[in-house]
Amino acid sequence: MDQAESMGVLEEKYTRRTFIKGVIATGATASSAGHLFRGSPLLGAATYQTATERLITLNVNGQERRVDVLPHETLAMTLRYKLGLTGTKLGCDRAECGACTLLVDGVAQYGCSMLTHQVRGRAVTTIEGLEDPDTGELSVVQQAVMEEGAFQCAFCAPGFIMAMTEMIEVNPNPTREEARHALSGNLCRCADYDKILTCAMRAAELARSV
Amino acid sequence: MAEKLVGTDIAPPDLHAKITGRAKYAEDFRAPGMVFAKLLLSPMPHARVRNVDASRALAMDGVIGILRASEVPSREGPREACLTDTPRYEGEPILAVAAVDEETAAAAIEAIEIDFEPLPFVVDPLDSLRPDGPNAYVDGNQFSGQDGWSDLKWTDSDFATIDGGGMPNPSCPVEWTKGDPESAFAESALVLEETIVHQSLSHHPMEPRSNMAYWEGETLHAFVSTQSSQQTKFALAGALQIDPENINLVSEYCGGGFGSKIAGTTVMQIPALFSRKIDRPVMLRITRYEENYVGRARPGFQSWLKMGFLENGKCNAIDLIIVQESGPYGAGDFNTAGMIADLTYTPQNMHFRGVSMYTNTPPKAAQRGPGGAQIISMMEPILEKAARELGIDRFEMHRLNAPGADVEFGPRNATLTSVHAVEALEQGREMFDWDAKLAMSGQRNGSKVTGIGIGLSPYTAGSRGRDGMMLIRPDGKLYVHQGIGNLGTHSIADTARPAAELLGYDWEDVEIVWGNSARAYPRSTVQAGSQTTTAHTRANHAAASDALRKIRAVAAAAMGGSPSAYRVDSGRVRGPGGTMTLARIAERAIAMGGEYSGMVLPEDIHAQTVPAAQMLAGEGLMGIARDNYGGEGNIYSWVAGFAMVELDEETGVVELKEYVGITDCGTVIHPRSLGAQVFGGSIQGMGMAMTQRWVFDPKWGVPFANRLYTARPPGFLDIPSDLKWGAVNIPDPQDPVGAKGIGEPPVGAGAAALTCAVADAMGGRCLCRTPLTPDIILAELEGRPIHGRLDQHVG
Repeated sequence: MDQAESMGVLEEKYTRRTFIKGVIATGATASSAGHLFRGSPLLGAATYQTATERLITLNVNGQERRVDVLPHETLAMTLRYKLGLTGTKLGCDRAECGACTLLVDGVAQYGCSMLTHQVRGRAVTTIEGLEDPDTGELSVVQQAVMEEGAFQCAFCAPGFIMAMTEMIEVNPNPTREEARHALSGNLCRCADYDKILTCAMRAAELARSV
Repeated sequence: MAEKLVGTDIAPPDLHAKITGRAKYAEDFRAPGMVFAKLLLSPMPHARVRNVDASRALAMDGVIGILRASEVPSREGPREACLTDTPRYEGEPILAVAAVDEETAAAAIEAIEIDFEPLPFVVDPLDSLRPDGPNAYVDGNQFSGQDGWSDLKWTDSDFATIDGGGMPNPSCPVEWTKGDPESAFAESALVLEETIVHQSLSHHPMEPRSNMAYWEGETLHAFVSTQSSQQTKFALAGALQIDPENINLVSEYCGGGFGSKIAGTTVMQIPALFSRKIDRPVMLRITRYEENYVGRARPGFQSWLKMGFLENGKCNAIDLIIVQESGPYGAGDFNTAGMIADLTYTPQNMHFRGVSMYTNTPPKAAQRGPGGAQIISMMEPILEKAARELGIDRFEMHRLNAPGADVEFGPRNATLTSVHAVEALEQGREMFDWDAKLAMSGQRNGSKVTGIGIGLSPYTAGSRGRDGMMLIRPDGKLYVHQGIGNLGTHSIADTARPAAELLGYDWEDVEIVWGNSARAYPRSTVQAGSQTTTAHTRANHAAASDALRKIRAVAAAAMGGSPSAYRVDSGRVRGPGGTMTLARIAERAIAMGGEYSGMVLPEDIHAQTVPAAQMLAGEGLMGIARDNYGGEGNIYSWVAGFAMVELDEETGVVELKEYVGITDCGTVIHPRSLGAQVFGGSIQGMGMAMTQRWVFDPKWGVPFANRLYTARPPGFLDIPSDLKWGAVNIPDPQDPVGAKGIGEPPVGAGAAALTCAVADAMGGRCLCRTPLTPDIILAELEGRPIHGRLDQHVG
């Protein structure tokens, strides 16, 4: 199967579950290199190429973004190092902490565990895409966080806010217990969980009143 | 009237940036031509590099260069260098390679041929104390700056006692005695003797210690992850042996440190040195896997404890021996643990012995409540056990043993500025409804048993004598320059609030200046040991008082009358001569010059504050002063934690049902942030005691719990669904603001409330070991211990 053909297959077939398999199929070692960053001309570095980058178009925060992407590049790496969207944080590189949570077609995903090629033709939303692009107005989740003053070091905040954004869509009227489960894919090492939960409940309330 | 700023909830000024993705942590900075470094980590716990052949790596396309241990600063003895050819733990960085991208750098690391000579190693400190046991260093297991290396071994007879389950009588480098423990034990109605194992565990802040650096001529621009800003510049300058004024240190946000990034990190030297060598900006991205190694860890204890009690429940004697698992570069926790034991139980008669043992495990550092959290989480269940045996209510037991204002503790009879531990306990009793909960203790629901417990935890909470510096500019705003770091505690804002209130400012007219040494900081504390709230509310209060004096003088000079007749409120100064805005006052201060605009500085400020003040001189009315408020005694805060758990006897799983944390930390400045500190610290303590785990393969000396899923901090489903907090809120009388720090003490309270509640659910049986993971609990319940009594880091 040549590279172009395999890319088409990737788009069609890749799920989070087949991520590791996919990385292997495209010729990289999943355990050591899948989460590393491969360079970009944007940084002024002459890119060292063995695998071939492909110029693809991504839909990120409502904008079409053209970007060169390697077959095994993760979405978090593309966003952070090629598109300048550093709001998506890397806390663990492999689906343990949730700091890189973002939305793909409205569904919360770990950006460290999705290949960029998987999201072609799909709408990617990051923390930078939550404000109203015209007015700068914060999303209801962000407003709730401002009101309740959650987060301490806040390295986990973008991931939690994206997870809350999905939660209030899926379950607009959650109990605290339901919210706790909905957000359990994200870690907060400062353990500011109580306030985060209060924000989630307030966000749902704000969303219902809109 | 301007709004009240002390005791009210205000969104921190950096929150908007944090929740919109604009906040830049160290790994979010970029520079033109930036390259990536990767580290070669030692695959062995103790070794010597015999040979490195990097020719194949350096010939690879895209590889820029290599940085070796011989090119970085190093010192003799058990002192850490950022790269080493004699690694002392698995995962210690040996060398770094830079390449145009990270993957190429990683591939180059793989292409390096490196030959190690394996050396003897030790991961369990007791092994090193055995007569023929291995040492963590070739030259010994103890080091002193004066005498160099030596070999400390306990005797065969010590180990015969230890192996027989008894308390040994060994020689220890640290020993102190207070009162007459021997006679006191003879008078005790009850003497309990226990062996205790507290695990070591990684800090694992959410943000790994990634950092970036580049040079512009002689100036180093360093983008680091650090708890402290001002002090980190000097720490980095000291490590690199360069002039601090040649460093521009950027640390706007820190994704958590908990003691692991106090004055920056050891690895922050690598991009600084590497970028100077290759003349390119260097990003060192630390992965979670690497963080497990080069991040820091809390030192574990193996202890023998003898505790005597009078008939009425009062602890009257303690004999405590602590062997500390100190990693290759040491830690001081065990000393603090001895002090905290004496402070918390006030036995009047105490014998303390301690030894810090070098081991070949990742480096240790203070972790939130260092020493205190370990000893409190282990001793509180013993106190509750004594209560059971003496037939005393457990709450009463805590209350009658808690210290009062006249407490003297430690070998030199240290005193406290204030202590309201009893008030915290009593407030917690009410909020938790201890009496009602007591009736639920031991109740069964299927295979689940309910247990309740209390943990009372003190820790140091302040220091004195720092500098404050602020400027009222001609725009009328108050600019508070903060050399403290933005580590997530909101202290960059909260320590400015009493000062702003003193000057009658509305919060929207206060700008906090932080995060970049080019913006000028005064000399500050490190953000460690819960010092910041006290140290910098005081320092800023002193600077604001200086500003107030100058405002009045400028107003009187302009409008007539006595300076003391002028009052400041909401951006205006009013007095007998009329009213003037602070914007106008700032303009006049600039025109008057001298001390008013900072052209002349106080003589007692720290030498490190002077160049920062000179940067701002002439730009407004300057308030600048050293904290000369003084005070006697140590500043300590307290948290009393109350927990209810359900222990499933079939699975060994402990579920936290309720938790109440009450603090005595003086004046409450920011209630919402204070509650978050009480809960956050308590939950970290629960993780320490319950979910995180360190496991080493004793045969090869390599860790198994390398990642978050194997050494898991508490997640949303691990924490109690019912959390409450409160504060005694009695100002510290020796302080102009009255506030004491809060970061450290909740960890011990959360951990101890949990260990006590688990013991309660097990019918009063103390495991005397952390972590309380389900397999360890099950094994204990089934009477088949899966480890040696004193084994450290076992599976």
